[in-house]
Amino acid sequence: MVSQASKKILIVDDEPNIVLALKYLMEDAGFDVYCAYNGDEAVDIVSDLMPDLIILDVMMPGRDGFSVAKYIRNREELSNTIILFLTAKGTSKDKMQGYDSGAESYIVKPFDNDEIVEKVQEALGVII
Amino acid sequence: MDAGIVIITSLIYLILLFGVAIYGNKMSKSGNSIVNNPYVYSLSLAVYCTVWTFYGSVGRAADSGLAYVPVYLGPTIMAPIWYMVMRKIILISKQLRVTSIADFLSSRYGKSTFIGALTTIILVFGIIPYISIQLKAIGYSFDIITNQGNEQGFWDSSTFYRDKVNYFAILLAVFTILFGTRSLDPNERHEGLITAIALESIVKLVAFLAGGIFVVYFLYDGLEDVFLQASKHPDTAELLTLNPSPEAATNWFWVLILSAVSVMFLPRQFHVSVVENTNVSFVRQASWLFPLYLFLISFFVLPIAIAGKLSLPAGSEPDMFVLSLPLLYGHEWLALLVYIGGFSAAASMVVVSVISLSIMVSNNLLMPLLIRTRTASIEGYALLSDRLLYIRRIVIIVILFLAYGFYKSVSNNFPLVSIGLISFTAILQLAPAVIGGIYWSRANKKGAIAGLIAGFFIWFITLPLPTLAESGIISPNLVENGYFSISWLRPYALFGLENVDRISNACIWSMIFNVGLFVIVSILSTQDVEELAQGDIYVNIEKYSNAPELEVIHREASVQKLKQLLVRYLGSAKTRNLLKTYDGTLSVKNDDNASQEFINYVEKILTGAFGSASSRLLLSTDIRQQNVTLEQLNELLNQTKEILEYSHALEEKTAELTKTTQELAEVNTQLTQLDVLKAEFISTVTHELRTPITAIRSFAQMMAKKDDLDPEKKREFLNIILKECDRIKRLINQVLEVEKIDAEIITIEDFASLDNTIKLALKRLQPQIEDLKVDLIYNGSSKHDMIKLDEDKLLQVMLNLLSNALKFCASENGIIRIGLKINELERSATLSVYNNGQYIAKEFQHTIFEKFTQVKDGNLAKPEGSGLGLYITRKFVEQAGGQVSFDSSEKGGTTFYLNFPLHNEEKS
Repeated sequence: MVSQASKKILIVDDEPNIVLALKYLMEDAGFDVYCAYNGDEAVDIVSDLMPDLIILDVMMPGRDGFSVAKYIRNREELSNTIILFLTAKGTSKDKMQGYDSGAESYIVKPFDNDEIVEKVQEALGVII
Repeated sequence: MDAGIVIITSLIYLILLFGVAIYGNKMSKSGNSIVNNPYVYSLSLAVYCTVWTFYGSVGRAADSGLAYVPVYLGPTIMAPIWYMVMRKIILISKQLRVTSIADFLSSRYGKSTFIGALTTIILVFGIIPYISIQLKAIGYSFDIITNQGNEQGFWDSSTFYRDKVNYFAILLAVFTILFGTRSLDPNERHEGLITAIALESIVKLVAFLAGGIFVVYFLYDGLEDVFLQASKHPDTAELLTLNPSPEAATNWFWVLILSAVSVMFLPRQFHVSVVENTNVSFVRQASWLFPLYLFLISFFVLPIAIAGKLSLPAGSEPDMFVLSLPLLYGHEWLALLVYIGGFSAAASMVVVSVISLSIMVSNNLLMPLLIRTRTASIEGYALLSDRLLYIRRIVIIVILFLAYGFYKSVSNNFPLVSIGLISFTAILQLAPAVIGGIYWSRANKKGAIAGLIAGFFIWFITLPLPTLAESGIISPNLVENGYFSISWLRPYALFGLENVDRISNACIWSMIFNVGLFVIVSILSTQDVEELAQGDIYVNIEKYSNAPELEVIHREASVQKLKQLLVRYLGSAKTRNLLKTYDGTLSVKNDDNASQEFINYVEKILTGAFGSASSRLLLSTDIRQQNVTLEQLNELLNQTKEILEYSHALEEKTAELTKTTQELAEVNTQLTQLDVLKAEFISTVTHELRTPITAIRSFAQMMAKKDDLDPEKKREFLNIILKECDRIKRLINQVLEVEKIDAEIITIEDFASLDNTIKLALKRLQPQIEDLKVDLIYNGSSKHDMIKLDEDKLLQVMLNLLSNALKFCASENGIIRIGLKINELERSATLSVYNNGQYIAKEFQHTIFEKFTQVKDGNLAKPEGSGLGLYITRKFVEQAGGQVSFDSSEKGGTTFYLNFPLHNEEKS
């Protein structure tokens, strides 16, 4: 069993209230949580932070989620970082683009709290 | 200079010209036509410039200053009209194979033999004086250059064989016969001749410019110097001023008209511009190239006249200044060049004029006579076409002989220009019939005959006859006492018209009678079938450009017989060629009954060779024919008119349909665009709805799951949920607002104060302003600021603008300035809201006030909202009669402006 406390999660969304909600949920689940409020900010900190998983909103002003994902996939040191997209859109085209840019999984807004926690744990291989 | 050199040079020059002509013909036959371009065409038009231009204008200028100008100005200012008229005349002439102006008139007025003959007679009488002055000028210039004027040498003109002018006339006759009557061309086209004429136009221009440059830049220090010297002598100073008398103005006016008309209708002008025209589009370029030529060749006229008066001994002939000046200063070779230029000017005029006159005399005067007396159609005679060429050769000799006679008896006593103007006035007589013929369908034969005869008669008694009298040939008292010694029949003051010069007198009276009778008789009399049909072709030539002409005669003949006819008149070789051309489009078998089309083709070929009236006569002697009745023709005319109208209507309908289709396509595009926008809008709205719902759902779920939640956290969660609910409410309200704006007709009953509403909005937004630490300045206004809009709506406008400013202003040290300017004079208010944020990208600037437009720019904060705020803002401002605009620059942030009209009333 791997300790949950050692896992770092970065939450990226331009909606402060959604970031806040996710932060509470992930902290409750025992993760180490960091936040960014747009794509540029995420890119700025991600290399230093080396998170284990990123919850990434797709539609953001400036650098959008796909672009951030591509950036991460091009960095060798971040090759182990798992990307989890968060989007209000749910079309298959969007999903394809998500996986193409290296996303592990996909969560559609509005999400169920339990479901998102489960998905994160599953992705990180954390057994409760 | 030795006479021998001059004579030999003249001969060499003529031979050179002839060589050029032969070369031109050869090129034309081999398909590399030299004349088939607008420049050669324009140069050939310069056959207008004769010795009158070359020698006479200087004489005129030396005598009366700027009076020489209108002859050049007339064609120049008429160039646009010339373009329109000539284009039409060329189209008609090509369609009907018209080969002279006499034929043009004859054909228009029902292929009338009489009109053709009458026009020919007028032209022969009119042009002979003109040719005579060419002979005079050649002779005179010969005298000057060989210094014959001072010593009585061999060429003393005492007898016929000692008069060199007589030899010039013979030389020109030979030359003309060689050029113009080599063969009978069905189109009367002489490309070789035109090539030579174009060359002569260059030669005379170069020669005259050389003379002018010599005078201005070698005798004087440029134009300025010439005019300075001129102003010092009273004799020449007066040349520089315009004569302000009404008499001079009248003369200017008529000479302008005369030259404008002559440049179109002089036989030689008609010949080069219409008959020899190879492409109607050349007329467009010629309409500026030809005036340019006139400008160049007239440029040095006045300086030469001044120099001549200042330098040459008194009594020198002003007409010869351009030649005398180089001689005076010993420049014999320059003088020889000038002499050749003058010789060129004379030769080209004489050759083309005489050729065109010979065509008219043979086709319109002699042929009809021959045919009527049945001598032409008796078999066994020589080919008619060959006989025609003999006739023309004789005519050429006779015309030149007559011109020589006129020169000997009359022209010697008058300056060149005054004789030239007599000819121009004769040409003027044709103008009403020609112009009326192509623009006025009611113009008819009887009217044309009446006008032509009256005009010709008045011209004859007011110009040539008194000129003869002054030369002592007929009663010399005529001029002073009038005809039959009646004082109001004095030729130069006809009907008591005093104080006008002789040319104006002749023009005024001849035009009054000519135009008057032409119009009145045309209106009062009726047209016959043939006239009606031809008139329709002339006036509406565009209609016939790709349609056959009307059938006014039903004719029956076998192809065999028509072919025999052609062979008899034109020879078998030519006939074979012509039929080959025709066979290209339609096969002709001998035993067939000829189609109307073929009969018309044969008639056209004959028209080209013998004139329209003659060819009709030729056919009528051999073919059974029956005239269409007037009723039948009218029916035909109406039918073509209907077809024309129908096709016009069709064109209009097609245009309408195309327009409708385009409009529909546009509407369709708009609808598609709107659909795309709507889809985007729905996607945006659902996204914007999902975001708050996501937050609400998540926090609610957290609260539901944990009973033991910290009360502070509980309050925080609940506040977030409430805020997000408000957001949803706001969005829904905006969507509903837009629906309302689009659907409703809104009547505004309420008034609101700008200042109050701004303050109200600021109060509402106070928490956010403090949150963002924005520096917001508003000074307020105490002036009257009522606008006609519900306060709720104005408040929403303010809130929209201000929250936008808050959203987009710089994230640190944000600045917002609100300004309110009241213009009491214009009763308007301008509200400005400035923020120091990033500018709005160009691609959004023109749609920013449209529905569903969201600024999506990486440099801007997230486009919160629906893209409806500014649309609603604009709509509300417009409801108040106002306007919205904005100004966004890369450096200076963004300012939105609202303009409102002010209202006096408080709430009503």
